[in-house]
Amino acid sequence: MATTTTKTETFVGKRIRRREDPRLITGTATYVEDIQMPGMHYAVILRSPHAAARIRSIDTKKAENATGVACVFTGKDTKGVGVVPCGIAMPDLRVPQHNILATDRVYFVGHPVAVVVARDRYLARDAADLIEVDYEVLPAVADPEKALAKGAPAVHPQWPDNIAFTYHQDGGNVDKAFAEADVVAKQRIVSQRLVPMAMETRGVVAEWRGADRQLNLYTSTQIPHLVRTLVAGMLGLEENRMRVIAPEVGGGFGSKLNVYAEEALMGFVSMRIQKPVKWIESRRENFTCTIHGRGHVDYYEIAAKRDGTILGIKLKLIQDVGAYHQLLTPLIPQLSVLMMPGLYNTQNIRADIVGVFTNCVPTDAYRGAGRPEATHGIERMVDILAAELKLDPAEIRLKNFVAKDKFPYSTATGLMYDSGDYSTPLKKALDLVGYVKLRQEQADLRKQGKYMGIGISTYGEICAIGPSPATPAGGWESATVKIEPTGKVTILTGACPHGQGEETTFAQIAADELGVGLDDILVVRGDTAIVQYGIGTFGSRATAVGGTALYYALEDLKAKIKKFGAMLLESDDVTLAGGQVVCNKTGKSKTFQEIAGASYRALKLPPNTEPGLVATRFWEPPNFTFPFGAHIVVTDIDDETGQIQVRRYVAVDDCGNILNPLIVDGQVHGGVAQGLGQALWEQAVYDDNGQLITGELMDYALPRAHLMPWIESHHTCTPSPVNPLGVKGVGEAGTIGCSPAVVNSVVDALSPLGVRHIDMPLTPEKIWKLLAKKN
Amino acid sequence: MNISLTINGKSYSHDVEPRLLLIHFLRDVAGLTGTHMGCETSLCGACTVELNRKAIKSCTMFAVQANGAEIVTVEGLANDGKLDPVQEAFWNEHGLQCGFCTPGMIMASKQIIDRNAAPSEEEIRHGLEGNVCRCTGYQHIVNAVKAAAAGAGK
Repeated sequence: MATTTTKTETFVGKRIRRREDPRLITGTATYVEDIQMPGMHYAVILRSPHAAARIRSIDTKKAENATGVACVFTGKDTKGVGVVPCGIAMPDLRVPQHNILATDRVYFVGHPVAVVVARDRYLARDAADLIEVDYEVLPAVADPEKALAKGAPAVHPQWPDNIAFTYHQDGGNVDKAFAEADVVAKQRIVSQRLVPMAMETRGVVAEWRGADRQLNLYTSTQIPHLVRTLVAGMLGLEENRMRVIAPEVGGGFGSKLNVYAEEALMGFVSMRIQKPVKWIESRRENFTCTIHGRGHVDYYEIAAKRDGTILGIKLKLIQDVGAYHQLLTPLIPQLSVLMMPGLYNTQNIRADIVGVFTNCVPTDAYRGAGRPEATHGIERMVDILAAELKLDPAEIRLKNFVAKDKFPYSTATGLMYDSGDYSTPLKKALDLVGYVKLRQEQADLRKQGKYMGIGISTYGEICAIGPSPATPAGGWESATVKIEPTGKVTILTGACPHGQGEETTFAQIAADELGVGLDDILVVRGDTAIVQYGIGTFGSRATAVGGTALYYALEDLKAKIKKFGAMLLESDDVTLAGGQVVCNKTGKSKTFQEIAGASYRALKLPPNTEPGLVATRFWEPPNFTFPFGAHIVVTDIDDETGQIQVRRYVAVDDCGNILNPLIVDGQVHGGVAQGLGQALWEQAVYDDNGQLITGELMDYALPRAHLMPWIESHHTCTPSPVNPLGVKGVGEAGTIGCSPAVVNSVVDALSPLGVRHIDMPLTPEKIWKLLAKKN
Repeated sequence: MNISLTINGKSYSHDVEPRLLLIHFLRDVAGLTGTHMGCETSLCGACTVELNRKAIKSCTMFAVQANGAEIVTVEGLANDGKLDPVQEAFWNEHGLQCGFCTPGMIMASKQIIDRNAAPSEEEIRHGLEGNVCRCTGYQHIVNAVKAAAAGAGK
């Protein structure tokens, strides 16, 4: 029998390679598409080719009679299924009825119209082509500002103004701040629509077991428990009769932090045909039907004194909602408003959000979710302000940062920043990049007519989402630790990590707390039948909230282990260390394994103690955490082609304590890649008819290996007081810090031409046109 | 149509529809699900396998076109439980996060090293142009290929 290794070696803080990797590098992991079941059928969804149309009729006869087809369902059949849920409640929120299949009208290209189920995926696709839908095409609107204009086509006829919601927030006295200002800078800033583009598209396998009245739903999701609660509700199933399994999940980035029509639709189909059914989203569907991110048009005003002291910020935020609200759609721009002051000490803000319906796929959470937009806004505005006042962009930031001794710091937007030291990462980044020398070089290059730019972004973010009162579902997270009779340790986390590495970092935490080896620990996630209720992985929360739940469950067990150890050693004076309980007087010890065995054998129990070693904790965080950092980007612009070359990328991130530097580096790199994608290449472009013209990888430019610069990743460490691990979260930091640093750099490079702002993505064409105007 | 081919050293002979994609043959007929469909248009590289020693994208090739070919998939790399140096390097260097692109990325990386025993960073990056990873920002993948090449050259 394998024995539990007891160790004095510690693991937290070390670069430990991941425990989830062997299955992934050998091709033996199980993603949704890899699941096979006897009698399994395949579903293909017929979708609207039009952005707005009335459905006159649907003829499914030919499809129903096609080879291998089991059935075809349309919106008429699924009328009894509940609507796709929006999880956000706010006054005056207009929530259109979001049926899982269109009934009489379609609202965006890709709107599901019918589902074909056949014994083979090729046959299902053949049959989908045989469905005849008679559409009466209607005028569409795809641009949120055009949708607000008088006379624009109404996305939903009952709301001719296309307004989905409004939201207002005031902090301090913004009118007074603007009245007292020496200078007010204004700028319209667009954060373009993006496609999250997880490498694994969405997919669902539904398996109805009629005799048990049990629905097993395998779905590529970040939130299996919430999917269970909500989809069970849509299908009218008792929640305990539904099991949701998120097997291996091939990336989410927020796009799988949702409840989608197809999850309920496959449940419906399996219940109707009494067979397992599989649906795998095509890449084209992924582009047109999975949520998009961003989609802001922001009008900023920033008021300041001549010396650069920021007095106040105003923001009018137009959020492109798309045709419906998905789970969190109206929440995302509110996160932008919360983050609007950035790292700066200003108590006067005013924000007005207008959410606008368009004939496009809904927007929702995409890596950073509202915070990249806010950071892009404030960091661009600070640079614009610095340029107007002829101040150095580093100096104006250092002047306005919330001072180190002001934490916890209450913001004008109602947040309480937990801990911070904002000037240290900026100064470190300036040193690393050689700022003073670079400015000299820039001056020399300018004399030669060459364009080199230095861009700074100092960002903050709202992470470890979050306290329950501030989140639409619970904001807590859960963990169960089971020490088995042989001393082996099983951790069940409700956080459902999917690539972020918590199978490793959680094992590191537990190994150190219990004094056992990493190989003695197994982390289990993603199955509602095994894992206690949990919330999920998003908002840089899995470690800071889920890891803390784990920490407290381990504390409970440590106390119980000590009790059993004390009983076995017949002493009250014992210590738990290195996987053993040691009697401080005699030096005698009991191993972890002996104690685990005794706790289950239960021949004798300590007073008021139950047998076994299992603990579950649901941890409610008292606050968010607020990581921060400074990114500096140096760019060289080719004045003949408009090509931007990133010469240096220096990132100094402060995410509190670091459990595994290897994993943190990976999170920063990946985050930066997505930020750089937005800054330079990516954009979901709808034409005026609502056709997504960047609807495939051929037309949607992603960061690729040869396009990415080397990222110099560094850290400062300001532990969070919010949780005992002192961690803050790092999943979104790179994305949030990146885009303004890149744009600031390119604007800085082109500033001799009078360029003051460029909207993303900074395509060579845009840059070339700016250069061409002057040449 | 009947086709015969070798996958990871094992012979397969099957009747297939002419339109069956090679990736579906690998996944559904041979049961080798390590090769992933990422985009269906040969733009993401998740479906990369080795066919007659060349890295190809199995999502845009018909199974019948692979008649008589020798194919290696990610499942064929480890030998008697011992990982291929490229797999080992991806693990050591944290060259993966969600893992979905990883099988294709590993196959493409093997090809880079097969063609060039000591690739530079630039050569590695260009060699991986056809493979998309959305998680890592590629930096740890570049490190992994460098490490694997260095190890293979020892």
